[in-house]
Amino acid sequence: MSEPVRYTLYHPKWYRRPVSVWWWLQSWRYAKFVLRELTSLSVAYFAVLALWKVRAITRGPEAYAAFLARLQSPLWVALNALALIFLLYHTITWLNLAPKAMVVRLGGKRVPDRVIQAVNYLLWAAVSAAALWVLERG
Amino acid sequence: MRRGLTPLLWTLFSTGGTLAAFLFPVHLFLTGVAFPLGWLEPPRYDFALRLLVHPLTRLYFFLLISLPLFHWAHRFRYTLYDGLKIKHLTLLIVVFTYGVALAGTLAAAYTLLCCVP
Repeated sequence: MSEPVRYTLYHPKWYRRPVSVWWWLQSWRYAKFVLRELTSLSVAYFAVLALWKVRAITRGPEAYAAFLARLQSPLWVALNALALIFLLYHTITWLNLAPKAMVVRLGGKRVPDRVIQAVNYLLWAAVSAAALWVLERG
Repeated sequence: MRRGLTPLLWTLFSTGGTLAAFLFPVHLFLTGVAFPLGWLEPPRYDFALRLLVHPLTRLYFFLLISLPLFHWAHRFRYTLYDGLKIKHLTLLIVVFTYGVALAGTLAAAYTLLCCVP
């Protein structure tokens, strides 16, 4: 026997199940999504740190030395190491999504996702090595 | 938020995210970890200044500071909406996030245009 048809008493749109503010802790998938979105805090933090460094350089050798000395405190190193972990998570998630953002066709064939990801990771390595090379010449 | 601005804000979000993805880890690793812990030698002052005086370096730092701030603004705005369920505060959030990004952009422009000796 088939189930009896049940009619809702109210229009479905009028009832919304309340969702907790902590909805993203209910599953690892959601938590990873929110962690990925929160990497933006590390991004903003480093932009401000870069501005601070540029300002220190414009203010002279003493300000630059004070900037370098300030960052040597263990608290700053710990904060920066944590921010770096989030930045790496941003980079990895961003590069892994690259094939979704750019569809490349060569000779009428779509370039496989893996190839686009590999090119992006190689580019990341090259750009990082170039930045390291420039800064370590001095 | 006017609909006409959305494509521009999304473009800033994605270019800023790309710049941050490729360049931020190496810079934070050097400035925040490798230099303070003495793993690598930080650039001497005269070299750092010589780099900064070059117009291309200044353009590089301007983009490196400004665009990722807009990336943050866009992403954090939606994190606040969904994470804290405060969509009714839209206007406040938009003014705060893009306001911070704009302020950072102006501060970077001022520092890089007017303060480099």
